[in-house]
Amino acid sequence: MYHWIPFWPETAAVNAVVVNNLYIAELGLGALIMLTVVLMMLTFCIRYRKSGTASRANLTTDTWRFEILWTVATLAAFLVLFVWGAQIYIWLFKPPPADEEVYVVGKQWMWKVEHAGGQREIDALHVPVNKTIRLVMASEDVIHSFFVPAFRIKHDVVPGTLETVWFKATKTGVFKLECTQYCGLQHATMQGEVDVMTAPDYAHWLVDQGVSASLAGQGGALFRAHGCSGCHGENSTVHAPSLTGLYGTLVHLQDGSVRVADDAYLRDCILNPRSFTVAGYPPIMPDFSGQLSEEDLLKLIAYIKSLGGMQEHAR
Amino acid sequence: MTTTTTFEEGPAVEPHTFLEPSYLTSENTLSSWLFTRDHKRIALMFFASITVFFFVGGGAATLMRMNLATPHGLLQPSLYNRMFTMHGIIMVWFFLIPSIPTTFGNFFIPMMIGARDLAFPRVNLLSWYVFNLSGFIVLYSLIMGGADTGWTFYTPLSTVYADGYVFAAAMAVFINGFSSIMTALNFVVTIHRLRAPGMTWTRLPLFVWGIYAVSVVMLTATPVLAMDTFLLAVERFIGIGLFDPRHGGDPLLWQHMFWFYSHPAVYIMILPAMGVVSEIIPCYARRPVFGYTGMTIALMAIAILSFFVWAHHMFVAGISVYSGVAFSLLTFFVAVPSAIKVFNWTVSLHKGRISFDAPMLYALGFVLLFTLGGITGLMLATLAIDVDVHGTYFVIAHFHYIMVGATVSAFFGALHYWWPKMTGRLYPEMWARFAAILTYVGFNLTFFPQFVLGYLGMPRRSYTYPPEWQSWNLLSSAGASILAVAYLLPLFYLGWSLFWGRKAGANPWGATGLEWITPSPPTKHNFERTPVVTLGPYSYDPDEDSFITQEGVRHVR
Repeated sequence: MYHWIPFWPETAAVNAVVVNNLYIAELGLGALIMLTVVLMMLTFCIRYRKSGTASRANLTTDTWRFEILWTVATLAAFLVLFVWGAQIYIWLFKPPPADEEVYVVGKQWMWKVEHAGGQREIDALHVPVNKTIRLVMASEDVIHSFFVPAFRIKHDVVPGTLETVWFKATKTGVFKLECTQYCGLQHATMQGEVDVMTAPDYAHWLVDQGVSASLAGQGGALFRAHGCSGCHGENSTVHAPSLTGLYGTLVHLQDGSVRVADDAYLRDCILNPRSFTVAGYPPIMPDFSGQLSEEDLLKLIAYIKSLGGMQEHAR
Repeated sequence: MTTTTTFEEGPAVEPHTFLEPSYLTSENTLSSWLFTRDHKRIALMFFASITVFFFVGGGAATLMRMNLATPHGLLQPSLYNRMFTMHGIIMVWFFLIPSIPTTFGNFFIPMMIGARDLAFPRVNLLSWYVFNLSGFIVLYSLIMGGADTGWTFYTPLSTVYADGYVFAAAMAVFINGFSSIMTALNFVVTIHRLRAPGMTWTRLPLFVWGIYAVSVVMLTATPVLAMDTFLLAVERFIGIGLFDPRHGGDPLLWQHMFWFYSHPAVYIMILPAMGVVSEIIPCYARRPVFGYTGMTIALMAIAILSFFVWAHHMFVAGISVYSGVAFSLLTFFVAVPSAIKVFNWTVSLHKGRISFDAPMLYALGFVLLFTLGGITGLMLATLAIDVDVHGTYFVIAHFHYIMVGATVSAFFGALHYWWPKMTGRLYPEMWARFAAILTYVGFNLTFFPQFVLGYLGMPRRSYTYPPEWQSWNLLSSAGASILAVAYLLPLFYLGWSLFWGRKAGANPWGATGLEWITPSPPTKHNFERTPVVTLGPYSYDPDEDSFITQEGVRHVR
């Protein structure tokens, strides 16, 4: 419970520090503009009030000089803000190599989290401090938006594709996790906590969850259960693309286009293979849309990733 | 040909005795109102309709702020969700978009350009009926239980998951668009074709320019809204899979289509308000507006650029990083003409002879609130900041500064400024000043705390929040109650003035526009003879405290 009125959110990630600086700079510039307008208005209103005796002779007629002045001045200031903001945006949405990947599924009205080791949690996310965490996010129903105010990161989770976001927490502690895209009746309660722990605490926590199979392991089981291994397995005689070392590489498709084999691509291929036939292979893969939940899809993708590839290219 | 007459302040001497009855009293039957083709009567009928919707939408807002005064609220979640949806839909399409154009635009565009009526009087009347039809449908949707999708109808929530009267609400918006289009078409043709002799484009009052700019945007953007809502209805009923990923659709397609209309719609709401303020400030500062040409260029630049910024609503929605960068740059560009206007309005006070009557107080309030709304708009245009505050109360505060702080202030400013002309009566000045100041105080108290809440991370469209955010929310709710009083007050004192207000002369403010050479209230056909224009607007001289009307008649105060 706070004993004082809060006016600034916590700053608990490298992302947050960078955004904070920009925000403070813009507040300063905004205050300057506002102050200029208010001071000008006040001065004129007092000096040139109806009963005021100041001279009104010689009104400015060549107004364009002033207009050009403030057009150029504002444009220059705006361009600085634009470049500064855009640089950070590209940095925020083009993540560095991740130390750890966590899978997040949004559904009405909860966040389901799965760690690589198979640990699962709901409306909570445990992560180690000072590690780059990459989240791969899916939605089971409507658009949600994953937001951690203390980290200043946010990304919509749109059904039908996978989105990624990253952060590197710099403080241990418990921080708010929110949904900021209206998603129906209980949108307001689709909230949780991000628990940032020291590395040893985190290791303990992972062990305490007592999980038998890793996410990739569970994906491997699904890979066999749904018959994927019959064609894509190592010993298969069917002419199907090998998945070993696939992740992050460039794939040439039948229609001539080239895609990076990232998370979203793998998801598309599983659900809608005929639209993503790989060059040189027959279009014989059945489509799995409607047969796999978002969580199963993420497990399959985790399995395919575990077969190797170029992780750093798939961002 | 310049003649000099002395001009007395206050309810002055009529230049002539007008034998012809005014537009209000020329015919008195109900059918003379319901089937009128007089733009002034239609303007009053629109005024009645949108006033009803203003208070319906305001009622929804009142419930919302009452709910948010405490963390755990008063309302059921489903009711809260329906209230913010209906508040958005009603305020955007049934108040803000039609507000200034259909009332003051309808009433004063013909009068300011020296015409007897709009180009298509019957289309004008039809527009009012179509508006009311759509209004009945939205009220039906509200009374039956309302929709709970947010006014943005984001898919697939609106097409697959939401229950409630989404279809009725979407159809109301669909039909409402036709009213917009008819009104806009009428203005464009009128301004092109019916200007009095001598009323060249460079002599048009800035209010006419504002309405012209907004009409062009309405005509080009609103058809897209019709397509959007039609496709939404088709998707909801038949599930053809345009927006539903399970059928190969793309939820982001809806956002692109929706904002392609709805971002220009933001400018539809603000451009007429800019026009109003550009009339009021020179009149009460008794000097020409600073940089008339720059103001017209800025208006048209905003109108055009407004079509190229829509994806700034989607920076975190999963659009490509590069298109995010492009749309951010374009958004900064559209802020430049807005900044020019702010500086020009402010400098329009320099060497003026300023009096602080109620319309001027509303106009000065407009400039300050618009500036703050604009500055926070710059912050939202900055990509990295938007990532943080998108979808929070920061955005709510920002657009309320523009749409309520600025546009509604301008609406009330226009209402007071032109009230004597419309009704022939003066409003009680002290009450009006009190309401204007109360609006300003109540507004800032309501919405400034929401900037702080937004940066703290309070998500919009939430019926509950953590207890540590209560102080700011309580402040906001307290401000909202003051704002409610400020908005209700004019209802009483303006109503009172209709019967007991002092009679207004033809030109109580000593303004230069053609509308002020007609009697108050004007006769049915506005002008006894077609006026001949010899001058641009705003020929005020603060040094000698004189002004010259657009007909070229000089008056000394």
